[in-house]
Amino acid sequence: MIALGILLVLVLLLVVFGLLFRIQILTSIFSGSSTREIGTSNRVNAILMIAFMVIGGAAFAYSFMDNYGKMNPPIASVHGHEMERLFWTTMIIIGIVFVLTHIALFVYSYKYQYKEGRRAYFFPHNNKIEIIWTVIPAIVMAGLVFAGWKEWTKITGPAPKDSVVLEVMGKQFNWLVRYPGRDQKLGVVNYRLIDATNEFGFDLSDKSGLDDFVAGEIHVPKGHPVLLKIRSRDVLHAVYMPHFRVQMYAVPGMPTKFWFTPTKTTDEMRAQLGNPKFNYELACNQICGRGHFAMKLNIIVDEPDDYVAWFSQQKSFSEQNPDVLASFKQKSDKLGETENAPAAAAVVTSAAKASL
Amino acid sequence: MAANLPTQSQVQGGIGVTEPHTEHDEHLHHDEHHDQHWLFKYVFSQDHKVIAKQFLITGIFWAIIGGTLSSLFRLQLGWPESTFEWLSPFLGKWIEAGKLNPEFYLALVTMHGTIMVFFVLTAGLSGTFSNFLIPLQVGARDMASGFMNMLSYWFFFLSSIIMFTSLFIETGPASAGWTIYPPLSALPQAIPGSGMGMTLWLVAMALFIVSQLLGGVNYITTVINLRTRGMSMSKLPLTIWAFFLTAILGLLSFPVLFSAALLLIFDRSFGTSFFLSDIYIAGQALNHQGGSPILFQHLFWFLGHPEVYIVIMPAMGMVSEILATNARKPIFGYRAMIGSLLGISLLSFVVWAHHMFVTGMNPFLGSVFMFLTLIIAVPSAVKTFNWLATLWRGNIRFTTAMLFSIGFVSLFISGGLTGIILGNAAIDIQMHNTYFVVAHFHLVMGSSAFFGLFAGVYHWFPKMFGRMLDEKLGYIHFWLTFIGVYLVFMPMHYVGIAGFPRRYYAWTGFDSFSQFADLNKFISAAAILAFFGQFIFVFNFFYSIFRGRRATENPWNSTTLEWTTPVVPGHGNWPGEIPAVYRWPYDYSKPGAAEDFIPQNVPYSQTQSSNLPYERDMEE
Repeated sequence: MIALGILLVLVLLLVVFGLLFRIQILTSIFSGSSTREIGTSNRVNAILMIAFMVIGGAAFAYSFMDNYGKMNPPIASVHGHEMERLFWTTMIIIGIVFVLTHIALFVYSYKYQYKEGRRAYFFPHNNKIEIIWTVIPAIVMAGLVFAGWKEWTKITGPAPKDSVVLEVMGKQFNWLVRYPGRDQKLGVVNYRLIDATNEFGFDLSDKSGLDDFVAGEIHVPKGHPVLLKIRSRDVLHAVYMPHFRVQMYAVPGMPTKFWFTPTKTTDEMRAQLGNPKFNYELACNQICGRGHFAMKLNIIVDEPDDYVAWFSQQKSFSEQNPDVLASFKQKSDKLGETENAPAAAAVVTSAAKASL
Repeated sequence: MAANLPTQSQVQGGIGVTEPHTEHDEHLHHDEHHDQHWLFKYVFSQDHKVIAKQFLITGIFWAIIGGTLSSLFRLQLGWPESTFEWLSPFLGKWIEAGKLNPEFYLALVTMHGTIMVFFVLTAGLSGTFSNFLIPLQVGARDMASGFMNMLSYWFFFLSSIIMFTSLFIETGPASAGWTIYPPLSALPQAIPGSGMGMTLWLVAMALFIVSQLLGGVNYITTVINLRTRGMSMSKLPLTIWAFFLTAILGLLSFPVLFSAALLLIFDRSFGTSFFLSDIYIAGQALNHQGGSPILFQHLFWFLGHPEVYIVIMPAMGMVSEILATNARKPIFGYRAMIGSLLGISLLSFVVWAHHMFVTGMNPFLGSVFMFLTLIIAVPSAVKTFNWLATLWRGNIRFTTAMLFSIGFVSLFISGGLTGIILGNAAIDIQMHNTYFVVAHFHLVMGSSAFFGLFAGVYHWFPKMFGRMLDEKLGYIHFWLTFIGVYLVFMPMHYVGIAGFPRRYYAWTGFDSFSQFADLNKFISAAAILAFFGQFIFVFNFFYSIFRGRRATENPWNSTTLEWTTPVVPGHGNWPGEIPAVYRWPYDYSKPGAAEDFIPQNVPYSQTQSSNLPYERDMEE
């Protein structure tokens, strides 16, 4: 019923509009304004062009300034600063071009509006001008490409050998995090072993996986390179950490990676922003289904000491899930009892320290 | 020979020039077909002009659907906390307890993108104007194959029916984004829209590609083979150059999308693993192994990137034509304009992976594609400068078509410049898949192509229907749309710089993203208003077909051949012989000429007062 009512109102509005329009046309025919070929409307449109430029430009400038503060997520990584500089340098260059070309567009439109008896200037081509405005953009582009390429190679280059390694795995619809434990080696996983408990698909017959632990949040130390190993176990996801200027797809069947160096702890950022509830956030940035918009994970940047303390408190997956471990033991006799003993906290601490 | 030539005043009055035609013209008696059955005259017509109108009207239908979908998801984005119970009469079960279903939200953005990119801006734009203008402007009776041309429309029609049907099925239409990246698009367990909806999507797109190829082959053949006497490639209007190169791009790239769709169909239905590997979903490990989702992206964007030029180049061509006509000035740098079109066409094939900088693709590949991507900015810049130079010292008539053309240039600049940011791999790490990208491509290919479409409709409506669109309504339509588009997409950049991801049902869950609630309301309101503004055009269009002011043969005093036909050309276009062509299409305001335009079919021997030195040799 409501649908019908809304449709009826729309139809009535259309009819009223049509009648008004018809009346307007008839009056314009009687008044004779419909026969003039180029009338006042040409002048009105020319003036509107200038008005649009002035008012629109002012509104744009104002709203840009007004929102500038909110626009930039505060930067918390080393390469983020470089990237930011590149971004705003490019913005300034294109901003200049934007303003100049628009002034030309609207001012020419106004200035060269139709005038009775004037004839346009027959100016079909000029090769010198064409060459100038081909070469200048080409040079500017070359500069931007070079700057971008330098930065891109630095960011995507190999991670430093002493990086803190951790794995982020996307699934519908949350993120799972795994740390390599004291041996600094991520254990073998197999997607066929995944179940409700073993969400990573740990293959615990691989010894390097025994000390791996999973975490509910990402913890990383400040001032130390962090290498994210990124995987997905179902559809595409993307690890997007706007404050660190980090983004990389999580692809099922193809591990990816991204490394960065955090520069501010969560506490420092909270103090800087005056927001005690601030958290660095990891968002999914590749459409992945119903819960895509809620695939969030908090990232905590610690002082190195706090990080080591946190690291040493974590219990390994095998320790927390003895059933899973036992099922692998049944399958493989090679796993000796003594080797599997969960690492003592002290050992973990030293390993973590060694990793820093 | 001279005795048969029309007088100067006849030519300038826009009366069709009939030259003595030496060669036999087999289509001379084409008017005979006019007594054919209405079914073959208006429905299964082989007349390129009727087919063009069919494409246009289907395109308008699709644009309304696509716009409606965007209004729905803008409601959700602008007012994420409010109840949408009042929509349930229309959306039924997709409103759950007053909230829009998040999966249906994804279906909305997916179908909005698919419809706008393919069904409106490819079929509706290029399908309409390539069909309508190529034979008329090159001086041909019809397309090379009228039958294939008819098939092209009907394949599109079939495709449209299937795509439209998919909006109403139980599990909902395709919901994996218009780029349909697998595995999401391959697995119904991942999202219900990847079930029947996705199957229909793939079938519809396969038929759509068939339609595009049938059309493209025709456009290319017609431009190469059916040009009238004297119409060398260097005398073609820029519209034709644009349509011609667009058709070549389509012919070379659409088959690649077809192969991607085919492989995806195999993965979905026949258990192959082209794009799938190592997947555990819905409590089950799948058997697929060894496939690569990234391979699909390469295949998709191998079409997907040329596709944006398929969308924008026809608009560029028409805008060039309309700017020159209404500035009463030759297009500046005709050859540079052709050169830049060629450059864009060539480069458009080697930039696709700039959509994939952060997919895990080898960073070296990223460097190469960044380099190639930023190069393509150069021909685009040249085009813009040439348009500006065309306005300089012109004598501008603000017809509605002219306003939309100026709007096109503005939007193309605004959207194109941010491409320099996104093409830079290092910056794209942060900007990828944010609203900055959404704002960028909606300006540079979405809105500007729409502006090109509107400009074309306002400009060539008189030749299509023999009547004029109402100019006053056109002005209102233009200013509403122009202001509306900027109000929507300029603020969207801010949201993007702040890092808002696209295709998010709501941002309220994230502290980083929840700060722009007001701005999002503003964008939504502007978008919905601008959408409703389009109904002014729809009204104007259908009203003017039947009641518009009657047009004259050449209402804009234009130089190209279509304006030498009768007010409403019949099948065969020219009642007599096809006029021959003597000059380039941009002799506007030539010094010494009696009028401020000299049509292409006027020989130099009749314009001795205005001939340039090198043209004097061609007077005979």
